[in-house]
Amino acid sequence: MKSSLSSIANGTKVIVQSITESQLRVKLMEMGLTKGKVIEVLYRAPLGDPMAIDINGYVLSLRKDEASLIQVDLFEQKTTEKV
Amino acid sequence: MKIALLGNPNTGKSSIFNLLTGMRQHVGNFPGVTVDKKTGTLNIDKEQHELVDFPGTYSLYPRSKDEEVVYNVLSDKNNDNYPDLALVVVDASNLERNLLLFSQVYDLQLPTVMVLNMTDLALKRNKKYNLETLQKTFPDATIVESNARVKSGKGRINDAISNVKKRTGHSFCSEQSLCDIDDITCQENTVSKRFSKIESIDFTQKESEVNAKTTLTSKFDKILVHKVWGYLIFAVVLMVIFQFIYEFAGIPMDIIDSSFSDLSSWLATQLPAGIFTDLLTQGIVPGIGGVVIFIPQIALLFFFIAVLEETGYLSRVVFIMDRIMRPLGLNGKSVVPLISSVACAIPGVMAARTISDRKERMITVMVTPLMSCSARIPVYTLLIALVIPEGTVGGFMNLQGLVLFGLYALGTISALLVAWVLKKIIKTNEKGFLLLEMPSYKMPRWGNIGITVWEKIRVFIWDAGKVILAISIILWAMATYGPKNNMEQAGITAEAKAIQLGLNEEDTDQLVASAKLENSYIGIMGKTIEPAIKPLGYDWKIGVSLITSFAAREVFVGSMATIYAVQDDGEENIPLIDKMRAEKRNDGTPVFTLASGLSLMVFYVFAMQCMATLAVVKRETKSWKWPIIQLGYMGVLAYLAAWITFIIAS
Repeated sequence: MKSSLSSIANGTKVIVQSITESQLRVKLMEMGLTKGKVIEVLYRAPLGDPMAIDINGYVLSLRKDEASLIQVDLFEQKTTEKV
Repeated sequence: MKIALLGNPNTGKSSIFNLLTGMRQHVGNFPGVTVDKKTGTLNIDKEQHELVDFPGTYSLYPRSKDEEVVYNVLSDKNNDNYPDLALVVVDASNLERNLLLFSQVYDLQLPTVMVLNMTDLALKRNKKYNLETLQKTFPDATIVESNARVKSGKGRINDAISNVKKRTGHSFCSEQSLCDIDDITCQENTVSKRFSKIESIDFTQKESEVNAKTTLTSKFDKILVHKVWGYLIFAVVLMVIFQFIYEFAGIPMDIIDSSFSDLSSWLATQLPAGIFTDLLTQGIVPGIGGVVIFIPQIALLFFFIAVLEETGYLSRVVFIMDRIMRPLGLNGKSVVPLISSVACAIPGVMAARTISDRKERMITVMVTPLMSCSARIPVYTLLIALVIPEGTVGGFMNLQGLVLFGLYALGTISALLVAWVLKKIIKTNEKGFLLLEMPSYKMPRWGNIGITVWEKIRVFIWDAGKVILAISIILWAMATYGPKNNMEQAGITAEAKAIQLGLNEEDTDQLVASAKLENSYIGIMGKTIEPAIKPLGYDWKIGVSLITSFAAREVFVGSMATIYAVQDDGEENIPLIDKMRAEKRNDGTPVFTLASGLSLMVFYVFAMQCMATLAVVKRETKSWKWPIIQLGYMGVLAYLAAWITFIIAS
């Protein structure tokens, strides 16, 4: 089931499905947010925004607005063999 | 040979730059952007090379106007800065993302050196990269491993530069040429193609689950971005920094102050009297002193800012403050400039450079001088002592202290309000975004910090110092000269009066100085603007001090002392505050009442009475437009607020 990254709870692993077309899409991709990438939501700032995610072992912080452009799927252990 | 230094942010790029060039660096301009062009000299085997440090970027395609310089230079072989060799710093602990920019640069067909940095961190994170695979993927690249933190690799990087491989025409993504700067679809395609190719190659030797969560960094993060502890720790950090600045900046500042005035007096006794000596001893030497006096505060603030940045803590501050600052048109990164300005707006404005979004940076620069800096303290304390009665409110709060607090609060609130207004006014096509990497915590590298502090001081002295010196000489000339006969006449009259009153030498000098100031160009200006400042409750003497204190706010106190040297009764050494208190208007009412005093304090909260800050704003925005707008809007605010205060209070 697709949902937006901005709605994902801390500590959850997700797979990037797509990024909404926008000026920012290419910038998000350049940060490593490409289709199929497994990321984890780490924590959020006190007001719930911005949020910090783990991409390949580095931590990226992004605003809620930016995260809402990213559609993700829950990551399940068994589908991970190749990732 | 011209060498371009490229790389992602947080890869230790500037450490590599410092490692290779040491202190042989200088700062210049890239045309059209506000980022500095840092150039260093690199000597390898008696051959001199020029190393240019480009802004850290994640790709060749710019995120912001200032990052365009990377694209503009590298996409145009005829550009003056087009390099003969590209030195790309790559973070070995985060290969995948770093290889995007590297592969883009590699495909430009320039001789390319990959500096594989942070090799120690990669090993620690269990991310052993496979050098052979890397070399096989980029056969034309010369690869060196480095670890700038412990200064290893300089010799190897130099060797790699002198023995760089010739290009054979090999590309990483052959079908991908450089996209147009505005063609986002093309850029998206190449980015995803490059990444899928990078991902398809296994660069690591050992497959292992790596997650930022398990590292020490994440344990620190739990506390440092916590909704209570996070802010509390930030507040404590700030308190420590300000304690240091107030405790220690004053000592060198006093020494600088007295050395320059000693130098002036000494020169005055050594040189023949005349216009040239006056210019030197009263204009130039104090002018230089007025530049140098800022160094201790700039140095200390940038020392602390650099430590916070080097350790990685600064990104956490940005993280917890971003949401709070955003509605005001500011950014989490605006917090440090604003807070620094409580000590001094100069380092505050200079620290705004880290804000990549141009609109947010401009707003930060524009409102930063509204924060009450330490130069306002002497003005505030004099005026508070003058018009605010001692006593307590509600039984325990000191009234004078309360007013002082109110002035600081007024400055801070207006800074935030003006930011909000500017957010509505300034139009931009760039949409602000954060996308900030949170680097792992590290011990600061003291060498880097030293170079940062030195560079800030140098930029301030050479770039802003010229403007400050020029204005202070103009101000001095205006206070020293006037329509010829008037001033001489006033001096003679004053001397005659002094003899009549039987004053001693010192008081006579003061009386003469005061009479001359009254008839100087500044005195005349003060009188000319009197009708304009009358609604605020000021007379021409205050007007004169307002003009002279444009040099720096604290000059107000000295200026008032000169102008109130007038003594009618021949009594000696009356403190300035009593002289001001005794000052009467023509109708016999006192000049300094609660209303006029408060109005003057409010004026100083808002007015841009600091040429040094203006000079720095000009330096940082690379145009006179912004400092002039700033001078204008702060002047209007100051006038209106002081006027309203005067009406309400009287």
